[in-house]
Amino acid sequence: MKRLKSIGAFWYDFVIGDDWRVAVVVVAALALTALLVHAAGVNAWWLVPVCAFAALGWSLRRATARP
Amino acid sequence: MTALPLILTVFVACAVEAIEALTIVLAAGLTREWRSTFQGMAAALLVLAAIVAVLGPTITLLPLTALRLVVGALLAIFGLQWLRKAILRATGYKALHDEASAYLREVAAAKAAAASSRRGINDWYAFTLSFKGVLLEGLEVVFIVITFGGNQRNMGAAVIGAAAAVLVVTVTGIAVRAPLARVPENAMKFAVGIMLTSFGIFWGAEGAGVSWPGHDAALLVLVPVVALVSLGYTILLRQRPRSAVATAVPPSSEEVASS
Repeated sequence: MKRLKSIGAFWYDFVIGDDWRVAVVVVAALALTALLVHAAGVNAWWLVPVCAFAALGWSLRRATARP
Repeated sequence: MTALPLILTVFVACAVEAIEALTIVLAAGLTREWRSTFQGMAAALLVLAAIVAVLGPTITLLPLTALRLVVGALLAIFGLQWLRKAILRATGYKALHDEASAYLREVAAAKAAAASSRRGINDWYAFTLSFKGVLLEGLEVVFIVITFGGNQRNMGAAVIGAAAAVLVVTVTGIAVRAPLARVPENAMKFAVGIMLTSFGIFWGAEGAGVSWPGHDAALLVLVPVVALVSLGYTILLRQRPRSAVATAVPPSSEEVASS
């Protein structure tokens, strides 16, 4: 069990890294893009880059915020 | 995309990881014992080669749309984390990854550890230190090779880029017999973060169903835009007044291993 936990922790750190919010924003942006393309017929190519830049800025702001 | 940008991107990304692995291998070899160090390195390389041999052909069997969506998401997340770290280091909010001090920390730990032989290995500490270092840094190389090679349906070019990087770093390391501290590692990580993020955004959005204006040529705009936004954040953070708490602190050994 302990070994499984440490393997899980390693992969979490490897893929997700220091800020899980970035991963959540990227996944949500891709899901919303797929929804817009397939359900609404909107070619929302701009959505993922905008969300990625916002996620990076948000994460940097949190990392450098004063206590 | 032609093979050259693929090879160059994989080369730079893998060179960064190879430099970090070299620091650990040199610390183990020069302070402990070269034979056990090489055995650890060879064992790790075998594991990494097996992962590429199994996952490489498997990943190319997946439908391209699904592959691009999953790999694009992973690359974008991975790339944004690299960029985040590189920006924090460039602005002094996180200590720069310093190969010379990382090397000294590893040497001190290697000197303090007791010698013991196990399973036919003369120096178990040197073996495990070298094995872990090469395997952990190598996993990132494998991830980049598989994602880039699989997405471009050109695993051979990705492997060439990675192998060339490992070869160049190894030969340079053997020649100077010291950690490659003069390499502008943070600048390289910054550049790799930009590439990983750009390709991740491009492939992820394509996998989600969008059609990029200009098709593949959109990457020629996307890469500079990601670079400009990242530089913009760097400039903004540099201009911010700093608190005492936010000053850079030396990284822990865990941070060194995971950076």
